Amino acid sequence: MAAKRASAPPTGSIAPAEVAHLSSLARLGLTEAELARLAAQLEVIVAAVGQLAAADISSVEATAQVGELRNVIRTDVVAPGLTAEEALGNASVTAAGFLRVPAIQ
Amino acid sequence: MSPGGESEWEAVIGLEVHAQLLTRSKMFCSCRADYLGRPPNSNTCPVCLGLPGALPVINEEGIRLTLRTALALNCEIPEFTKFDRKNYFYPDLPKGYQISQYDLPLSRHGWLEFEIDGRQVRGGITRVHLEEDTGTLHHAGEIQNSAFSLVDLNRAGVPLMEIVGEPDLRSPAEARAYLTALRQLLLYIGVNDGNMEEGSLRCDANISLRPAGTETLGVKVEIKNMNSFRSVLRALEYELVRQREVLDSGGRLSQETRGWSELEQRTVSQRSKEEAQEYRYFPEPDLPPLLISRAQVEEVRAGLPELPAARRLRFQSQYGLAEDQARLLTGRPADSEYFETVVALGVTPLLAANWQLGDLQGLCNAANLTIEKCRVSPKDLGELLQMVQSQEVNGKVAKEVLASAFESGLSPAEMIRTQGLGQVSDLAQITLMVDRALVEKAQAAADYQAGNDRALDSLVGAVMAMCKGRANAEIVGRLLRERLPRSGD
Amino acid sequence: MTLLAASISELSRQLRRHEFSAVELTQEALDRTHDLDPELGAFLRVTPDLALAAAAAADRRLRDDPTGASVLCGIPVAYKDVVCTQGVETTAGSQILRGFIPPYSATVVNRLSALGVVPLGKLNCDEFAMGSSNENSAYQLTRNPWDPTRVAGGSSGGSAVAVAARLACATLGSDTGGSIRLPASFSGVVGVKPTYGRVSRYGLVAFASSLDQIGPLGKTVEDAALVLTAIAGQDQRDSTSVQAPVEGFLQELRGGVRGLRLGIPREYLEVGIDPGVRAVFDRSVSALAGLGAEIREVSLPTTEFALAAYYVIAPAEASSNLARMDGVRFGPGSPAATTLRGAYEDSRHQGFGAEVRRRVTLGTYALSSGYYDAYYLRAQKVRTLVAQDFDRAFAEVDAIISPTAPTAAFPLGERTADPIAMYATDVLTIPANLAGISGISVPAGFADGLPVGLQVLGPYLGESTCLRVAQSLESELNVWDRLPPLAGAAG
Repeated sequence: MAAKRASAPPTGSIAPAEVAHLSSLARLGLTEAELARLAAQLEVIVAAVGQLAAADISSVEATAQVGELRNVIRTDVVAPGLTAEEALGNASVTAAGFLRVPAIQ
Repeated sequence: MSPGGESEWEAVIGLEVHAQLLTRSKMFCSCRADYLGRPPNSNTCPVCLGLPGALPVINEEGIRLTLRTALALNCEIPEFTKFDRKNYFYPDLPKGYQISQYDLPLSRHGWLEFEIDGRQVRGGITRVHLEEDTGTLHHAGEIQNSAFSLVDLNRAGVPLMEIVGEPDLRSPAEARAYLTALRQLLLYIGVNDGNMEEGSLRCDANISLRPAGTETLGVKVEIKNMNSFRSVLRALEYELVRQREVLDSGGRLSQETRGWSELEQRTVSQRSKEEAQEYRYFPEPDLPPLLISRAQVEEVRAGLPELPAARRLRFQSQYGLAEDQARLLTGRPADSEYFETVVALGVTPLLAANWQLGDLQGLCNAANLTIEKCRVSPKDLGELLQMVQSQEVNGKVAKEVLASAFESGLSPAEMIRTQGLGQVSDLAQITLMVDRALVEKAQAAADYQAGNDRALDSLVGAVMAMCKGRANAEIVGRLLRERLPRSGD
Repeated sequence: MTLLAASISELSRQLRRHEFSAVELTQEALDRTHDLDPELGAFLRVTPDLALAAAAAADRRLRDDPTGASVLCGIPVAYKDVVCTQGVETTAGSQILRGFIPPYSATVVNRLSALGVVPLGKLNCDEFAMGSSNENSAYQLTRNPWDPTRVAGGSSGGSAVAVAARLACATLGSDTGGSIRLPASFSGVVGVKPTYGRVSRYGLVAFASSLDQIGPLGKTVEDAALVLTAIAGQDQRDSTSVQAPVEGFLQELRGGVRGLRLGIPREYLEVGIDPGVRAVFDRSVSALAGLGAEIREVSLPTTEFALAAYYVIAPAEASSNLARMDGVRFGPGSPAATTLRGAYEDSRHQGFGAEVRRRVTLGTYALSSGYYDAYYLRAQKVRTLVAQDFDRAFAEVDAIISPTAPTAAFPLGERTADPIAMYATDVLTIPANLAGISGISVPAGFADGLPVGLQVLGPYLGESTCLRVAQSLESELNVWDRLPPLAGAAG
């Protein structure tokens, strides 16, 4: 399981190294120049959303979903899905019915 | 090797077991859950394929089977539970996240009782939660130098139950006993088919060492890729030795994930656990949470089948069986059901037990079949044994008939009737044969009367030869002894 | 005057009177699109064969069963390119979905097809619906038909423009933070954001799962209501869709506003409303008061935090929803990549535009351990406060009215360098998405020749009220049939 969440107060700033790490987590493949630009923009945005810290949330629960829906379930029945052709129809590279990706290192 | 051995280290082991659930459809869509043996990527839909715009819908049977398991493991069931997204990139994970459970799982705080070395041990269960399985990866060509991985998403979305055990296990043998008991339980309650080789039941282990008698935990190593009970035992034994050697020589262990290599019979470092995956869990916005009513919990609890330990004890008390026979008969639920069906037909329990565990099991082992899959149905065995009980056929003939029925699938009782294999118990007939035997084997008769007990066997054998072994052996023996009185009998 | 200037119900009558056929109506739509869209850029792709085939089928149905056929039978519509259409390329305005041909259609598409609508094609939008001006499409620009140097509004810019220029009778857009209402306001059409869960999201390329809704755009409130009625309703495939009756939308449409209490949120007027927009708003308020509505002030104190909460929640959910865009099962992919990470990064680097990268990075940040509590969790709690604000307000008023946006359409390029300024465009529309309530933008007048919309917000499942208020204003002001300059002079 992931590490227990620390509760860091929003500092309103985001370091370039942090942005590189986030870009890596999200597989965005950003170049150095792009990272620098993005870091500058995010700095401003993070500062702006950081004002959330001023809200008084002491009395409320989080809303993960609006609407109070609960227990939305379906019965355990099989229904037809896609054929293999349909499933693979948009893939750029396939091999013998499989999707193909570079090997996991 | 006992934990501790000559060094002062104590093993601390916890197992994490993933069990595919025996539902008809996948966890969040209506594709078949039974994915094996199908052409690649032929068992998908927009949902499990992770296409843009697709949305998950919870399979109620997945919830029910997980609740059943949680109750069988004595867990607490909360009133509120939800799914969360576990975000990471991997080719077998089409959405780039797995729908799983993070902080509010379906159940927590249970235990599993199992036996080892004659003691009852309780292994704590941290939690049992529900998630979806990933697709499967295959390697093109040779694993070592393959440039590509091949992805099959037939398995993606199959319901997967994760059973996390507390680090209560103190030896590889204990770990194996825990896993054996857990698998047996899952089979008994009908949620999983227990097949480690095919991957429907998987086991990872966490193992660390600490000085015996202390409380703080040592550096934890995760072991993966153990595909059988034996490899779980071997991997943990190997790891125990490896860790002990490092610690004894004053070295430091890395917190890491190691894979068991069946080929090399050792664990190999896979990735440092310190660069832990950053999963960014958050509540699954596409699935409303679940409220589990106490009434629903009681309904599931009431529907729990008889559990292995209870069944074993019942077999001992109800059928008067010895503990080891009861244990063997209840090891697999299918075996116990077979036995009870036979007994229900009117066969005495001990007879049924002896034949099922002896002759029939032997035939099954040789043919690599399980009892419920072989050609001898419980009804077949039951009828045969009733004929043995009523002396309609003698034991030796019955064994031969059983072997024959095992091959042919024909009813043993039918075979006996149509082939006239029934036991001859008619006194007149037997008397005739006995008298003839006494004439033909006069020397044996004399030897017996002279005190050689074993000489009787050749006389009995002679009688049996005359009737193809179908004479009631008890009557033959009695008549022979009457004809050949000895002083001192 | 083009045939498409008429309302849907009028067209429906004309079709049944055989004044023209569905095929002819469709051909006119296609011709207009051919002539006018090169300058407007509303459509990403037009599907004439499918459209004409559907029109021919609609004609047959109208002939065989004119009373049983839906009012929407034979009516040309088009869909924002975030809505999956089986067999028709669906890109969500992004390069990463270039060439993606969905093997299935969204539920809303199936529902409309079953009624016999004519699908004209797919409409341009901001990439993955992320944007307020439609300038983030990876394919083309969409221009405001009232002034081609200005934005159409986003992210459903193409959907709004297609209606405004009378290229389609109605369109579907999606609204996550205002993406239907805002372009509707900027382009002078009606746009409805249904209550969250009212319309199935199955087949909607997800941006922010807890905020997204598909909704109709039309030239009149009634047109939008007709389409809303057709697409709304629970869907087994969408676990967040609700079971709720839809008949009220049309039945109560012309109920008027006499006796209705309309609330104006104090905080909304404090965000810096353009004077021209304010003037239009004030006139609308007077008009509604004149029709018998009771106007009150309400307070929604959490408004000051709503924008920030949205710009945490939406990017967070988006960062997860967009993880499936990996180039493996769909999209151009990166066949030359030699490592797995390289394959992912190449696909996503080439495939995602700047705004998407910004939001995905921001979202990833907000969900990371160490920041989750401070950002995502906190934002979700602020969200509860926003919803509570509306609950309290709706105890005092039946509907809430405000300008849809602080300004009218701004010039192309004006805000693209300043994300914060761009995000602020949504300040009046975002709270409704956070709370999940229903909202509508209805044309309320012009400021310097540019359309200005009035936003009406209704309580949870309160679309009928929003539609009713909007319809009252529409029939009072009677501006809906004024055609923009780029809609062509006549027929």
